[in-house]
Amino acid sequence: MLALENVHTYYGKSHILHGVSIEVGPGEVVGLLGRNGVGKSTTLKTIMGLVRPADGRVAFEGRGIGGMAPHRLAHLGIAYVPEDRRIFRLLTVLENLRTGLDRPGLTDRRREELLQKVYGSFPVLRERRDQAGGTLSGGEQQMLAIARAMMLEPKIILLDEPTEGLMPRMVSQIRDIIQVLHRDGVAILLVEQNVPLTLEASSRVYIMEKGVVRHHAPAAELRANQAVIHQYLGV
Amino acid sequence: MAIPFDQILIQTVNGLVNGMILALVASGLTLIFGIMDVVNFAHGDLVMLGAFVGATTIAATGSFWLAFLVAALVIAVFGAALQASTLRPLLGRDPLTTILATFGISLVLQKYALWQWGPSARKIQEPITGQFAMFYLEYPWYRVATAFFAGAIIGAFWLFLKYGRYGIWIRATMQDRIMASAMGIPVPLVHTAVFAIGAAMAAASGVLFGPLGGVTQTMGFDFTLRAFIVVVVGGMGNLGGSILAAIFISLLEAYASIIVSPSQAVIVSFMALILTLLFRPTGLFVPTPK
Repeated sequence: MLALENVHTYYGKSHILHGVSIEVGPGEVVGLLGRNGVGKSTTLKTIMGLVRPADGRVAFEGRGIGGMAPHRLAHLGIAYVPEDRRIFRLLTVLENLRTGLDRPGLTDRRREELLQKVYGSFPVLRERRDQAGGTLSGGEQQMLAIARAMMLEPKIILLDEPTEGLMPRMVSQIRDIIQVLHRDGVAILLVEQNVPLTLEASSRVYIMEKGVVRHHAPAAELRANQAVIHQYLGV
Repeated sequence: MAIPFDQILIQTVNGLVNGMILALVASGLTLIFGIMDVVNFAHGDLVMLGAFVGATTIAATGSFWLAFLVAALVIAVFGAALQASTLRPLLGRDPLTTILATFGISLVLQKYALWQWGPSARKIQEPITGQFAMFYLEYPWYRVATAFFAGAIIGAFWLFLKYGRYGIWIRATMQDRIMASAMGIPVPLVHTAVFAIGAAMAAASGVLFGPLGGVTQTMGFDFTLRAFIVVVVGGMGNLGGSILAAIFISLLEAYASIIVSPSQAVIVSFMALILTLLFRPTGLFVPTPK
């Protein structure tokens, strides 16, 4: 469904991605592991159209999407949860959700269903719906960022380090929501530093180093044999 | 020297009336700055163009209110075209680039107005001619009506921003253009729409102001300057702050003109601008940023 072939990306003159190739099938949860600064976040930004790939092909459902504007990618069914969450701080929780809900072609009924669904998954967001996004705790902001992405009814969510800096209780909530999304048939490309969570949630895992994919294996294989993990991640 | 109470009251009304028209101009300017980081130095010239389109329509149809609508619509469409052709390609460049570009637009619009409508001033006939007695003055109802009308437009726009389905697009884009785009909001379209709305507000101000000050091709500069002061004093990109600042600055000038001549009273605006930049660069009416 989503395929990157030999993608090269630059920030100014620095060459960040040196030919990345990744595939995610429909409804599949795929992990992307690697140390800090190896290009995981840049890979997601390249898919989302926030940085333009200099070379290679990015395709979604067979169609080239390299260089397309982010809002058009969102309409195609790609949602993005950035590492720094990027909550609209001055908008309330409900208004943050409305940024994805208030779009043409969505009936009021469907709008309400989507809202009730995320309130069901994240009751805290219902409680705080009239509070400014900037006043939420880190964990609540992460939930809001994921919930906001779900408003778009995406086919795939690009999740950038959703558990970074969260308390263990929050981490397990994130794990739960990944399972819920997976059950609903939403594909996820999960960038993480949390190796156990990634191996548990994903079906396949790519490991990146210095801007390229060094290793690619089913998660079950990596769970059984963690030598590769040690080799590339040093954990 | 004692200042008579009646003068203070008259100047308060004057300040409020001028302040509301200025608020309408400044709202557009601050909105455009807030959403695309463009300081639109041609904003006053959109006021001027609106006033001329209004004057022309009145001459043809005799209806002030029709002229008001026509001017707002024509200038909104013109503003959209201007944004899409000239400012969209410059988005994200050095601010100096857009300042020079809008300054250039300002000159072009002034020369166009001179060529199209000639150098002599035009007067728009006020639609409401009654007056009421205020101390020794016969105060025109029309002046009071402009304040209410400008307030109503600002209020309606504020409600749209807050509760309108697409108002949320504007507020989200103002806060984080990139994330708004990732949420499927068509940011380039929002930019063009906001510029069009700002231009329409400017044109509306121009038609409202027409009966008070006359319409000339050079009237825009004064509006740009005053709106710019207001936007800085109110906090760049802050709509509520700009409205308060417009009233604040206009009241200051009105009170100052009790003591000195109106042309000298402008100095207090510049003092307010300089003091704001020195001591509260984020704006007078915004809480200190955390």
